[in-house]
Amino acid sequence: MSNFKAAHILEYPYTRSVGSVQGRFLGALKEGRIEGIRTPSGRVIVPPTEYDPETTATLSQGEGDFVEVGPAGTVKTWTWVAEPGDKQPLARPFAWALIVLDGADTALLHAVDAGAEADMATGMRVRARWRPERSGMITDIECFEAAD
Amino acid sequence: MAETISEIITTVRLDYTHTAGRAQNRFLTGLIEGKIRGQRCPSCKKVYVPPRGSCAVCAVATEEEVEVADKGTVTTFCIVNLQFHGQAVEVPYVCGSVLLDGADLPFFGMLAGVEVDKVHMGQRVQAVWVPPEERKPSFDNIRYFEPIDEPDAPFESYKDHL
Repeated sequence: MSNFKAAHILEYPYTRSVGSVQGRFLGALKEGRIEGIRTPSGRVIVPPTEYDPETTATLSQGEGDFVEVGPAGTVKTWTWVAEPGDKQPLARPFAWALIVLDGADTALLHAVDAGAEADMATGMRVRARWRPERSGMITDIECFEAAD
Repeated sequence: MAETISEIITTVRLDYTHTAGRAQNRFLTGLIEGKIRGQRCPSCKKVYVPPRGSCAVCAVATEEEVEVADKGTVTTFCIVNLQFHGQAVEVPYVCGSVLLDGADLPFFGMLAGVEVDKVHMGQRVQAVWVPPEERKPSFDNIRYFEPIDEPDAPFESYKDHL
C-alpha cells in the first residue's frame, strides 16, 4: 500500500506594533547604533523597556534617557548551537549568548559567530557585526564576533 | 534623534511533514482512481468521508471501506469576496459543504460552474475531476463541484448533516 507524505507549512506574517521605546531602539539599530534606557536609579537597560523592572515606574521617554551603548561587550553566559536550524541567525555552528554591552547593566541576547565551541568563553569580548542593509530589526546586527 | 520604527513583521512559520496514515492513504489512492472512499463506523453506522480511521463519537476504529458517490447535496456554503494572504483563487468564489450520496459527513470543496449568487442549500452537485494523467494523491483531484440537472434535495434529507 502507498504511504503518502507531504510537506505542510503554516506561516503567519504578523505585523507587530513595537511601541515608542522599542521603536526608538529599532530606529537606532537601523542607523548602526545600540541604545539603552536609563532608569531613575542609574541603571542602563538594553534592550530598553517601557517600565523600570525594579520599581515598575514608567520610564520617561525623553531624549536624555536614552543612552548609546556598545557596540562591544562581554559575554555573560552562552550556549553552543552545533546544528543550527534553518530559521536560526547563522547557518554554521554558533553560540547564543547574553552579552553585557559596554555602558549597559543588563544583557542582550544575540548570536556569536565564534567558529568553534572551544573559542567561546564566558567573559570573552565581542563586538557587533552590522548588516550593510538595515531595516530596523534586531537582525540588523547580523551577529557578534570576537573582539580584541 | 533616530527614526522611530512603529511596526515590524515577525513571521511565525511551522514546517510539518504530514503522514497520511492508513485511512487517508486508501482515500487518497481512491482520489487518483476517481473514486471517493469513506469508512463506516461499526457502532453508529455513519460513513465518514474523508475517513479518519476512527469514529470520534463512538471512539472505535473504522475498518469497513465504503465507496460513496461523487455527487451530492450542498448543505452550507460561503461566498468569498475578500482577498487574503495566501489565497489561491480569484474572488468572488464559493466554497461549501457537499453531503455526498452515501456519506454522513459533508465534504468540503469549491462550488463552481455556476454564478456565485445562484448557489443554494439543497442544490445537487457533482465533482469535476482533474484528468486521470494529472492526478496526484491530493484533494486537488476534484477541481470543484458543479450543479447537475436534478431537483433540489428537500431540507429534511440533509438537516441532520449540517
